Amino acid sequence: MFKILRYCIHMLLIRPFLLGFVGLNLIYRERLPASGAAILVANHNSHLDVPAIISLFPLGLLDKFRPVGARGYFFRNRVLAWCAIHLFRLIPLNRDRFLPSDGDPLHECSRALEKNEILIIFPEGTRGIPGQLGPFKPGISHLARRHPDVPVIPIFIDGTGKVLPKDAYIPVPFVCDVYIGNAVRWNGDKKMFLQIIRQEILNMNNQLPHFATDPNHEILNQIY
Amino acid sequence: MIPDNIMVFLEIIIVTLSIVTTVIYGLVKYKPTAELKEIWLRIRTWWMMIIIFMIAILLGPVISLVFFALLSFLALREFLSLIPTRSVDRPTLLCVYLTIPMQYLLIANGNYEIFVIFVPLIVFLFLASSMVLAGETPGFISAISTLNWGLMLTVYLLGYVGFVLVITSDGGLITSNAVLVLFLVFLTELNDVAQYTFGKLFGTTTAIIKVSPNKTAEGFAGGLSITILSAVLIGPWLTSFTTWESLIAGILIGVAGFLGDITISAVKRDLGIKDTGRLLPGHGGVLDRVDSLLFTAPVFFHYIYQFKLY
Repeated sequence: MFKILRYCIHMLLIRPFLLGFVGLNLIYRERLPASGAAILVANHNSHLDVPAIISLFPLGLLDKFRPVGARGYFFRNRVLAWCAIHLFRLIPLNRDRFLPSDGDPLHECSRALEKNEILIIFPEGTRGIPGQLGPFKPGISHLARRHPDVPVIPIFIDGTGKVLPKDAYIPVPFVCDVYIGNAVRWNGDKKMFLQIIRQEILNMNNQLPHFATDPNHEILNQIY
Repeated sequence: MIPDNIMVFLEIIIVTLSIVTTVIYGLVKYKPTAELKEIWLRIRTWWMMIIIFMIAILLGPVISLVFFALLSFLALREFLSLIPTRSVDRPTLLCVYLTIPMQYLLIANGNYEIFVIFVPLIVFLFLASSMVLAGETPGFISAISTLNWGLMLTVYLLGYVGFVLVITSDGGLITSNAVLVLFLVFLTELNDVAQYTFGKLFGTTTAIIKVSPNKTAEGFAGGLSITILSAVLIGPWLTSFTTWESLIAGILIGVAGFLGDITISAVKRDLGIKDTGRLLPGHGGVLDRVDSLLFTAPVFFHYIYQFKLY
């Protein structure tokens, strides 16, 4: 029942809106594994990040994507919680505190990977300012250590932070680009592992054209 | 009712493109260089564009206008995505998109007096007010200038293609004006392709302008000659122009098309990008494709409007 509704809403509302009105591009698609589980690690500037990634793939893969989000944020009201669970099949994560009595916080993520699902994780933990990559939380290292066969794929999303930034409610159309990075495998060192993924995302960011030649451009870029 | 000569003309285009496609296909199979593969990609996209454009023209003036409005939307969205924008201007940018349906409604009603002042005057004043009321002065001049310029390019100039459809009207769209749009768009695109081809085949290394190293004197002269020749050949047959009127139209389209092309090149140079988008594989973005049309459309329109050539 919810599955049919989910497919309908994605097909008739979310995809036409994102692909037709906002505009999305997928770059380096060939770097994605053809099948099996994967962990997508992306920068986070907007609520549109998850729908944008999902909309760039065939509708048949809709139920393979499992975004990971903060329980405290998405479950604070019923509408948001309903959307997160039924439209995007969110895996809720306790962002604030871990007590031994809470059990394994990454249990749901592990189970999803065992079912060959694709996790979408934003290691910054929250939506940041476009163009600035915040520090990474170590959760992806724990997951990668537990599932060393699962490729971790860095993703750089450009533009969603302009379409719908953190404090905005009305989206403005700007073309967004989703870049797929080179897959990273677990290398045994938590800090190094995080660093490699972070650097891969930063590299994709640095390939963007810059407007540094004109001082006015620089002012505008700072404001944004 | 679609006049017979339009159908014949469209058939000629399809047959010509089929021949070119076959030749390029053979060349790609024979010697698959990177450049030929790029041209092959371009031709595949040409097919897509020509089929969509022909359907839009054949389905009548209302659908044609909707098509040009969509083209304006895609071009404006591309432009706004490329330029630096300020977050404080978000509400203004949303309003900017609303100028497209308004402008095309004015066109559909054949409302010439308001059509010519809507973007350069009414929207101009509105945007300045809206942005100044947002209250942030750093970057104000850059933000408002780039925004206005993008609107002029993608909504005002492109809208002239649509206004050609209503040029004879006292209010309302006229099916037979499709020949004028076809004449304008065909010659503009032919001029592009001919300049590119002549530049590639006979171009020396010296560029005529600083902006683009690919623009050579040979390319410009060759393209212009082909455009004038085609204008003289098809003008009297397809439209109500005489040979001389067609000749002048050909010169205007050839020169304006070249200037439009290098103007968008200059924009891309300034922004440090190669293509304005990724919507049209092999070509780049919508702005990359309509760059010449932005300049040829108003020039052609005012030429036939002033001299009553319709």
